[in-house]
Amino acid sequence: MSSIMQRISLIFRSKANTALDKAEDPRQVLDYSYVKQQELLQKVRRGVADVSTSRKRLELQIQQLDQSAQKLQGQAQQALAAGREDLAREALTRKAGIQQQIADLQIQHAQLQGEEEKLINASQRLQAKVESFRTKKETLKASYTAAEAQTKINEAFTGISEEMGDVGMAIERAEDKTAQMQARAGAVDELIASGALNDPMGGTNDLDAELAKLGAGTAVDAELAAMKAQLEGPSAPAQIEGQTTQGDQA
Amino acid sequence: MIIRILTEGQFDVPDGNVEELNQLDETLEAAIRGDDEDGFRAALERLLDRVRELGSPVPVEDLVSSDLLLPYADVTLHEVRDLLSGDGLIPGRSSGATSAG
Repeated sequence: MSSIMQRISLIFRSKANTALDKAEDPRQVLDYSYVKQQELLQKVRRGVADVSTSRKRLELQIQQLDQSAQKLQGQAQQALAAGREDLAREALTRKAGIQQQIADLQIQHAQLQGEEEKLINASQRLQAKVESFRTKKETLKASYTAAEAQTKINEAFTGISEEMGDVGMAIERAEDKTAQMQARAGAVDELIASGALNDPMGGTNDLDAELAKLGAGTAVDAELAAMKAQLEGPSAPAQIEGQTTQGDQA
Repeated sequence: MIIRILTEGQFDVPDGNVEELNQLDETLEAAIRGDDEDGFRAALERLLDRVRELGSPVPVEDLVSSDLLLPYADVTLHEVRDLLSGDGLIPGRSSGATSAG
């Protein structure tokens, strides 16, 4: 057997062996390793927090985009009611674009959630192993001479080294994924901020402006009609019905 | 026999099942050599599934090194190549993977 499985394990083990070979007293390796384990444990916990932050940011974006989609739906209905099919079409087209964005973000969200779970597991595993290592380390240091301890130390050390290599890899992968996601999330934030996605949090865009104009036009028509009615006296026939189709040039 | 799936943990697989896993491993290696992405993915999935089915998870507090290691489930062909050539995937790894376990 010289296969993939074996080659990967050799790569991992060679790292542990190198560290052991360098040490004059293998018992020193135990203390040094324990410090490194604590560091890695900190790092993996930070990693969990980072991934979780990114995941929450995505959730917020999905929520914002969802609101945008709903708003556009409402605007489309409003535009259609006002006889502006062109505007309604525009609103629905944008809504479809946003829904595509939401679908993409949901895929990323699922990936990030997967990484988060892996990291949480890795963190728990490492925590348990570091605890075992600590107990073993004290026993080995107290009850054996350096020479006697060698074999047992090798066992404990290669075991924990492998775990550390694995956890280190899990952290790196999670960091890579998070970095990619943050770059994309940044782009989505910019889109939302620029109003290109019709930000329901207050940004305006041309569609909003057109619809506002439409609304204002209707209101102006109604007011003009009311004024005319006043001027012409109470007996004049009221022509204040919504003049929506003439409101365009306002 | 202890087998680790990277980023997943260790499994204790009965020695009697190792031959089956070896065969799957050979298929995997052939796919890597042949640059066959689909074959690689299928072979890796089979291999990982079998390890999970046949093996029982090693208790988290146990400090044992694995006899064999397998890449994580969503690894790409490219990443496996890097892993085998020792480029970068293992944080802080020093070069020269020549020592025999």
